[in-house]
This record gives sequence, structure tokens and C-alpha cells, in this order.
Amino acid sequence: MGSYHLGRHLKILEFALSSMLRRRTKNLGLVLVFAALVFLLSSIVFLTGALRTEALATLEASPQLLVQRAMAGRHALIPLDYGELIARLPGVGSVTPRYWGYYYDIYTGANYTLLGIGDQGLESPGSTPLRLVEGSFIMPGQRRVCLIGEGVARVRGTRIGGMVSLRDARGWMQEYEVIGLFASPSRLLTNDLILLPEADLKAHFGMPDDRATDLMVEVYNPHEVDNISRKILERLPDARPISHAEIQRTYETLFNWRGGLLLAMFLGAMAAFMILAWDKATGLSADERREIGILKAIGWETSDILELKLWEGAALALVAFLAGVTAGYAHVQRFGSELLMPVLEGWSTLFPAIDLAPQLDPYALGVLFSLTVVPYIVATVVPSWKAAITDPDRVMRAS
Amino acid sequence: MILHPGILGLLITAVLVLGLVLYGAYLGAIVLVRWDLDSSSEEQLALERKTYLLSTLMGHAMALEILSALIFLYTLEDIHAIFVGAMCATGTLNANPVGWWVLGAKILGLLFCAVWILLNRIDQRAEDYPLTRLKYGLLLLLAPLLALETWLLFRFFLGLDPSVITSCCGTLFSGSGAGVGAEIAGLPVFPLMIAFFGGTAVYLAAGTLNLRQARPRLRYLLAGLSLSMLGISLASIIAFISSYHYELPTHHCPFCILQADYHYIGYPMYLTLFAATFYGLMVGIAEPLRRVASVEGVIAAAQPRWTRLSMLLFGLFVVIAAWPMVFSDFTLEGFY
Repeated sequence: MGSYHLGRHLKILEFALSSMLRRRTKNLGLVLVFAALVFLLSSIVFLTGALRTEALATLEASPQLLVQRAMAGRHALIPLDYGELIARLPGVGSVTPRYWGYYYDIYTGANYTLLGIGDQGLESPGSTPLRLVEGSFIMPGQRRVCLIGEGVARVRGTRIGGMVSLRDARGWMQEYEVIGLFASPSRLLTNDLILLPEADLKAHFGMPDDRATDLMVEVYNPHEVDNISRKILERLPDARPISHAEIQRTYETLFNWRGGLLLAMFLGAMAAFMILAWDKATGLSADERREIGILKAIGWETSDILELKLWEGAALALVAFLAGVTAGYAHVQRFGSELLMPVLEGWSTLFPAIDLAPQLDPYALGVLFSLTVVPYIVATVVPSWKAAITDPDRVMRAS
Repeated sequence: MILHPGILGLLITAVLVLGLVLYGAYLGAIVLVRWDLDSSSEEQLALERKTYLLSTLMGHAMALEILSALIFLYTLEDIHAIFVGAMCATGTLNANPVGWWVLGAKILGLLFCAVWILLNRIDQRAEDYPLTRLKYGLLLLLAPLLALETWLLFRFFLGLDPSVITSCCGTLFSGSGAGVGAEIAGLPVFPLMIAFFGGTAVYLAAGTLNLRQARPRLRYLLAGLSLSMLGISLASIIAFISSYHYELPTHHCPFCILQADYHYIGYPMYLTLFAATFYGLMVGIAEPLRRVASVEGVIAAAQPRWTRLSMLLFGLFVVIAAWPMVFSDFTLEGFY
């Protein structure tokens, strides 16, 4: 390809852009509708992507294997003896009981996650992905203090040094001093979190001493997780082992399915748009016909006109695509994707206003491109060609 | 079926491409039957105009094929996490073995489309449309191929069931297992390395010779070599190149190199390899067409260009592939 050819293509592109600018109003409507459609589809793709990333980031920190106890098909508190039994299985490292629960706050109408941290966890706070923005961590033996997430701090209007009061299982108000604020790579993890000393948490919920919420099981070899789960089930039939990979698969399937379903619903709109684009591209105004006639009369070939028309289509699609994708990105990132969140999130405990970080990767863009620009371009091929074979003689005579 | 944005995009693109190519084949069939260059009837004029439409349709189909091939690979990667036992695209393909056929059909369809586009370009440079019949005959072959590809693609994605327990690349491409993948993974490394680097040297030498001397036999030789280098390169990727990229002597998967962990290095690697093979092949494919007087000059001018492109792309491929062999501390010496 010599520079002559390249220059020629660029000249035709330049002409296409200037002729589109001349007919601004005609193209504006199409660009707006197209951009709106791209906006919708890209919001869905970005939002599901962001939610998936958040959920998976949360999962990174979770243990290889989590053992719960199920009673009558519901989650029940697990006896600590179970942990001792599991710890004796070959291949199992440490077994750590976890104490946590949900708390509905009648003042703010939000759900908090209360997590107890024992002296064992305090020895290595660095191993958790939780990061303190300010304040200090709970010291071993310290009582009646708490660390809270950004979301809790926001709705409770409290900072370090303030107090958080929670109603315990007996109905008494308990006050905890805020000594630290959390930030975390995943905001889903800490937004609604209140971290209490283990003893305080057990007292708060009225948990029996020999029970925990669930058990974190360390498995030395990740490939052995399924085997260990099987062995636990054999020995403890009412246990419910949940492996890291299982949760990950569930999240993947869930978000793919939700996003895909929404996308499939909007594809009907895409089909309608294809018809609109086809129609618009077919219905040339007398003015456009005359222009093509003149161009041909001054020596443009059919292939040049065809290229001109294709450039016009490509430029229009590109403008609409970029505008739509930018708006979709902003919608998810800046405005918390207010339009779609109710359909896609589905966590009962999720706090209002979490900031999502959608990823702008080539794959997402490629998928969006194939869902929007590709149908548009395909719909306008034949009309473009029809325009390009316009007979100059006939057009000039008609006008 | 799994409702995944990428899968939806792929299925839609596949249907649209098939629509383009079927319409193209329909137009092509009409042209084939009615074409008469000596006639100056209105019909012949209409047919000549239709050839513009056809070129555009096929150009679009080709661009979409490339796009969808990349999205296909990435989607395989992306959805592997859904399947129990899968660790990369291999697991996804194994979850529904039709996937391997889709992969093959995609590669074949892509090569076919690319050959068609170049033939079309040569044809358009000539005054008298000399390759018309050949082109449209090929189109009638391409349409069923793409129809098959689309059908397989639907079968593959509709048949994917997340509850199927699949096997990962460690099983399929293990040095000691059974099956074609394992056979290749277990090939003796040093002889294969000699074949790979020796073959590269021979290929580049043949290319240089082609540029110096314009002899038909040399061109066929180059085309043949490019095809055999494709085979040797793919086998080498499985047997040792991938291991160097993973820095793990037991890991032979040709798909894991497409992952983010390895900086997506697989994409440029496969793109350069297939493009180099394609241009090398074209040098030979176009050779018999030089007998047609009106395109002789065009082809004669294009062949050295293709040769240079093929050599450049193949060189790039080898550089990407051999990079960790030269610049990383990892070595397979002593492992085999």
C-alpha cells in the first residue's frame, strides 16, 4: 500500500466528515438513538463486570474452605468440637472459628455486618486484606471498642473517637468507641462492617460459648479441597463445606446470567435500531442524490462513492459508540449505575452508594462493539451500495 | 446454555457474518451463471455493479471474522471459571468437545476469507475481471464452510453445561498422558528445538532467495515451507515454547499463554504466526494465476511484498516465542 493509496482514503474520509457536518441535523437523531442504545448495553456490561470484580476481590481473602453447619436446611451455629475433629484430618492446616452476624439498624434502616476478632486473629492483622485508613487496630484483651467501615461512618455520622451504640440480644443499648476506620481494596467487604472484639460480639448476639458462626479451614494443597470436603461430610453429615472455587463459580454464573439476561432483553431494541438504520441509509434525500450525481460527473468512481458512504457509516457508528460507552462508564463509575443497580445487585445487606470501579478492558469493548456497531454496519452495507450505484445522468436530469 | 455477554456477541456476529456471506454467495452464483464480459447489456452492467457490493460484503465478513476469532478465544478464557476442573480455555473446550471443531472451523474460515480478499484485490486491479469465475466459485465453497462454523458455534455454546466436570490443560497436554495433545507435549525437546530454529533459518533463507531470484519453484517451496513451519511452530508451542513462557517445565498448555498472567502474549504470538503462514501460502497460491495475462503484473509485484511480510511476521513470531528462552533464567536443560 503506497502513500498515494493511503492519501486517497484519507481524502475520502475527510470529505465524508465534512459532508456529515453539513447535514448535522439528519445525522444527529441517529447518533443520539444509537448512543442511547450503546449507553444501555455498555452500562450492563460494565456494571456486571464491576460487580463481578468486586465480588471476586472479596473472595480472594476468603479461606480455601469454609465449613458451616446446617440444621433443618438453615444455617446454624457450629460447635467448636467440629473444628477439633476437622483439624485432625490429614492435609488440614489450621481451623479458625469465625464469629459474625448481621445487625439491622432501625435508626438508619441499614444492615451492618458485625464481625468478631479474637486474639488469634489479632496476632496477624496483616494477613487480612483489611486496611485501616486511620486509627489503630484492636489490641489483644481490649474491650468495648470497634473499627468501622466507610459506609457505617457515613450513615452514623461518626469519626474516630466517637461512639457507636448497638442494641444487643437482650435489648440493651451497648456503646462502643470507634478507634479505627477501614478502607479495603474491595469496598463491598468493609462498607457495612463493624469489627468488634470477639468477646463483645458473642455477648452482643448472645452466642453460646461453645459455638461459632462458621469455621475457616486452611487446606495445604488447593487440589485437595474437594477431598477434604468429602471427608468432612462423611464424619459430620450436618456440616456444609463450601469451597473457595465453588463460591467463585457461583458468582461467575450468577453475574454472567444476570448480565446476559438483561442484554438479551435489550437486543430486541438493537434489532429495531438496525431497521431504523437501514431505513435511514436507504432514504437518500434529493440533495444527497444530487451530490452523488455531481461527484460521479466530476470523475468519482462507484468504488469511491461506496467508500465515502462506508466512511460516513463508520464515523457515525464510532461517534455514537464512543459517546455511548463513555456515558455508560460514567453511569457505572460516577453515578453508581442508579438505573440498573436494583436489577443486578441482589445483596440484601448491600449498603447504599458503593463506588464501583468498572474495568475498561479491550474484551468488554470488543463485545460491546460486536453487539452494537457490527449490526449497524451490516445493516448499512446494502443501502450504501445502492447509493453508490446511483446513475449520475438520471439524477442530474431529475433535478 | 450460558448467558454471557461475550457469547451473545459471538452468536450475533456469527449470524450476521453468515448472512453477509450467504447473500454474497447468492449474488456470486448469479454472476457465475450470467457473467459475459463481452456483452454490453444492461444486465451485465448490473452484474458489474454487483461486484462492488460483493467485495464490500466480503471485506466486512473478513473483518468480523477476525474480530470474532479474538473474542471467541477470550470468551473461552473468560468463562472457564464456571466449569469444575477447568483452569483455562482448554477446560471450556473440553466441557463440550464440539468446541475443538469450532476452533478448527474458525481457523480454516479465517484463512479462506483472507485468501478470497487478496484474490479479489488482485482481480480488481485488472481491467477485465479475469478471476471472476474463480472468485465466485470459491465463494460457493466458503458459504457452506461458514454455515458449518455457525452451526458448530451454536451447538457448542448451547451445549455448554456448567455442571459438567471437565478436565484442565494439565491433563490434556501432559508430557506423559495419552492422546494427541499429550503426544505433542511429550515430543523430545531438543530435536524439536533444532527443527524449529533450523526451520526458521531455512524459511528466512528461502524467503531471501525468493526475493533475489524470480523462479516459480522457489515460490511453491516457500508456500510449502510456510505450511510446515506452521505445524512445527504449533507443536513447538505445546512442547517447549509455552513451558518457557510459564517458566514451568510440566506446563504445556497452548491456551494459558492467552491469559493476563502471561501478559496476553499468546495473542500477538498466534496473530503473527498465522499471518506469516497466510502470506507465505499466498505466494504459492497466486503463482498459477500468473498465467492470466492481465493480472501477471499485479501478482508479480505483490509476491515480493508478501514474501517480505511473511518473513517479517515470522521473524516477529520467533522473537516473541524465543524471548524467555534467551532473556529469562528459566531453562529446560537437564529437565529432559
